[in-house]
Amino acid sequence: MSRKVLLIEDEPNIAEAIRFLLTREGWHVETHAEGLDAIQVIQGANPDLVILDVMLPGKSGMEILRDLRELEGMQDLPVLMLTARGQSRDREMAENAGVSRFMTKPFSNAEVLTAVRDLHAQATRS
Amino acid sequence: MATLNVLILVCLGYVVLLFGVAFAADRMAAAGRGAWLRSPLIYTLSLSIYCTAWTFYGAVGNAARSGLEFVTIYLGPTLVMLSWWWGLRKLVRVGRTQRVTSIADLISSRYGKSNTLAICVTILAVLGGTPYIALQLQSITLSFSIFAEADPSGLYREGSSVFWVAAGLAVFAILFGTRNLDANERHHGVVTAIALESVVKLFALLAVGVFVVWGVAGGIGPMMDRIDASEIGQWNVDAGRWTTFIFLSAAAFICLPRMFQVMVVENADEGHLRTAAWAFPLYLLLMSLFVVPIAVVGLDLMPEGSNPDLFVLTVPLSQGNDWLAMLSFIGGFSSATSMVIVTAMALSTMVSNHLVMPIWLSTQEGAGSVSGDVRSVVLVARRVSIAVIMALGYYYYRLSGGGAALASIGLVAFAGISQILPALVGGLFWRGATRTGALVGLTVGFVLWIYTLLLPGMGGAIMPDSVLQNGLFGWAWLRPQALFGIEGMDPMVHSVMWSLALNTAAFCAASLLSFPSPLERLQGAQFVNVFDHSVSPAGWTGSVAQSEDLMIMTQRILGSGPAQEFFQTEAEAQGGRSSLPEPTPGFLERLERELSGSVGAATAHAMIGQIVGGSSVSVEDLLAVADESAELLEYSSQLEVKSAELSRTARQLREANTKLTQISEQKDSFLSQVSHELRTPMTSIRAFSEIMRDTDGLSADEQTRYAAIIHDEALRLTRLLDDLLDLSVLESGRVNLNMGGDTLSSILDRAVSSALAGSHPKLKVRRTRQSERIPLHTDLDRLGQVFINLISNAQKYCDADEPVLTISAHDVGGQVVIDFADNGSGIPADAQSLVFEKFARVGGDKAGGAGLGLAICREIMQRLGGEISYLPGQGGAAFRVRLPMAHRQAAQ
Repeated sequence: MSRKVLLIEDEPNIAEAIRFLLTREGWHVETHAEGLDAIQVIQGANPDLVILDVMLPGKSGMEILRDLRELEGMQDLPVLMLTARGQSRDREMAENAGVSRFMTKPFSNAEVLTAVRDLHAQATRS
Repeated sequence: MATLNVLILVCLGYVVLLFGVAFAADRMAAAGRGAWLRSPLIYTLSLSIYCTAWTFYGAVGNAARSGLEFVTIYLGPTLVMLSWWWGLRKLVRVGRTQRVTSIADLISSRYGKSNTLAICVTILAVLGGTPYIALQLQSITLSFSIFAEADPSGLYREGSSVFWVAAGLAVFAILFGTRNLDANERHHGVVTAIALESVVKLFALLAVGVFVVWGVAGGIGPMMDRIDASEIGQWNVDAGRWTTFIFLSAAAFICLPRMFQVMVVENADEGHLRTAAWAFPLYLLLMSLFVVPIAVVGLDLMPEGSNPDLFVLTVPLSQGNDWLAMLSFIGGFSSATSMVIVTAMALSTMVSNHLVMPIWLSTQEGAGSVSGDVRSVVLVARRVSIAVIMALGYYYYRLSGGGAALASIGLVAFAGISQILPALVGGLFWRGATRTGALVGLTVGFVLWIYTLLLPGMGGAIMPDSVLQNGLFGWAWLRPQALFGIEGMDPMVHSVMWSLALNTAAFCAASLLSFPSPLERLQGAQFVNVFDHSVSPAGWTGSVAQSEDLMIMTQRILGSGPAQEFFQTEAEAQGGRSSLPEPTPGFLERLERELSGSVGAATAHAMIGQIVGGSSVSVEDLLAVADESAELLEYSSQLEVKSAELSRTARQLREANTKLTQISEQKDSFLSQVSHELRTPMTSIRAFSEIMRDTDGLSADEQTRYAAIIHDEALRLTRLLDDLLDLSVLESGRVNLNMGGDTLSSILDRAVSSALAGSHPKLKVRRTRQSERIPLHTDLDRLGQVFINLISNAQKYCDADEPVLTISAHDVGGQVVIDFADNGSGIPADAQSLVFEKFARVGGDKAGGAGLGLAICREIMQRLGGEISYLPGQGGAAFRVRLPMAHRQAAQ
């Protein structure tokens, strides 16, 4: 069965890079570039994993994550958050909002892959 | 015959003795061993400087010429001492409580510390005092010359001897009179020396008198017979002259600067006045006892035409009693020297305090602190003043030629100095007396004295006879010796009557008509009611005092801790069992002192007076309290001003702090934004470069595409850095404008082609070239940068199917206005105010800008003296650029 990842990122070049990496790992990658309707997109796509940017047009990744965790059946969905603002305050906020893993841009490709693998392994074990 | 040389030796010896006595007295006083120096006897003897050489020699001369009239000079002070000693006590008390240094100081202090008044009195005193000093020098010279005539071998030269006498007296006055800075401190050395001189002159006169009565006349009986036979013995009283002279001498006794010096300034104890009240009249009585006998015998013995002023000397001399003559000479010498020394001291204090110091201080204004110099300056000023006053006396003597003109100067000086009397007595007893009154009265009296007495007495050279005969300007009623047509009066009586009467009238009238300043009122109250304010130690009787009430009041003022401690200590000191002390006078006095430290002396006095009930609060107390309160109010209003200043400063600091915090937050957010803007392209670059490095078998297409992405993102980074740099230069104001001239249309031409170059020119630009023929003088590149930015923005963000940018230019009131409007959907209203902020990107565009373009445009337009703004309501996005026509502003 195919593993599905939903990538919510408004920078097209970054989205393309991640898509390239994860596709080669055997993931099915869907992308979205808007913040406002991100929750509905997540609910509709029903992914195994979400990669979420913080600075999104319309609604910030933090808010999306907070709202997402309120929803039924979304508490355990692995969410990997990416931000270009690498301040410790952002990491705290993300953790409070229920993030599964938090990464600062620019990242190395290996890091992203390891993180995605780990999160997926945890999710399937439990 | 005693030789002149012996006489000079004796004189020198006597002067050395005086120096020695003064020196020893100063030393003893400094060592605290001089209780007797402050005895009533010394005080009384020091008062006798009233008797100068003019009295010592002149009384006999006066008696020989005018009979008993000389007695008036003694009667005046005697009457003052016997009947007005309570008035003198008030004067002394005021002088002590106000720390008065001279009569000029007293008058000035009473009338609101007016230095104008002090200067008036000082000038009056110097004017009256200088001839008086000259008179003393003359007496010494005359007495010298008597001995010189008798001893032709002597090397006596009149001029030089007077000079050396004057110089010696100046040195003495400087040495012992200006030791202490505080003129209010007593000069024990000088006072003791003049007390000794008083004894010497009295002894000398008595010795001559005894010699005349018993040695020449042959006893009291024969003497009385001689007197009866002589004209002098006849009572021949001119009531006008007698009254005038008694009054004059009484007034002078109070007002003369040297009398004020010994009586008030040098007074150590008010109680001494009690002794002086009877002892001084006794001294005067002894001084006058033998005047008539000497005069009578002198007239009998001496050849016709000899000077009766010198009978005291010449009578013993003619009888071959050289040693008695020498004693008499020393007596006269004593009278002259003591007077000169004290006068010089008193006048120098006035001159230096009221003339020299104010002038010196005004020249020091702005020189910052002068405290360090003041002490030495005051001392130098006082010493120089003494020397100058002595020099004035000396030159006056030389100029007047020592002739008869001097002889009458004593009374003239009395009349002059008496002009102070109305202001002085009025000031002590009448609270309504004002500064203006004192000034007007003094001036009137002073002028009249000069016009009716001083000038006419100086002879034809100063005041022409025509004025004397026909009055000033020929107005008869202005004749100096017959003012307002009142003729036939004795000139002295005439002058004294008019000057003092008009002086007093003017003083009263001007006082009633003028309004005193608060300080004058306060000083007036303190002078007039000096006995109520300056509490003597036994002032309080606490029979009905309530210690508890006192305690409560004290707690309110001092705070409960210090108050309890104070009362505790007092109770323990009294040894009582109660924790509250008995309200003994001593305790109350200490309490008052304690309180006055906090609330001021007058308030403390009034408060304790209220509780103890010993005295009700008088109007004067209230006045004093009011004055203190006024000071407090003044102080508190100053505090209010200060506190307002402080809160203003605090507000400014708060505002500055808020601003700093805002700036700091803005800086943090800016850095965070910059970080974000840098990290985003770097993320793409890193990701794709890793992909290209780590991925085997990438297709050629993929490789090209990913390399292009890396290239684009690298360019984006460069642009961002360029923009940041540009913005920082513009914001810091360190930008150099490169001014040049061109028309708007060609600037737009270049901007349009530059903005649209290299991209597919989907955007259409619509212009009206007709309106663009406007010459501009500005930084053409910078203005072009703004235009390029606006055109590129339209190209990037205009979302119309067929995007069109309309550029239109107008000339509005000396300004060029250029509008850039596209036909897209525009910028949302809530974002319009933000578009010029840094990193403000509307709608999450991905067109490659970092959001710094419009911020840079705004900065540029500011530098160029124009502005850029968003134009709402134009359908699409619209920006308006304003620029001054033919702008010639230089780089800022």
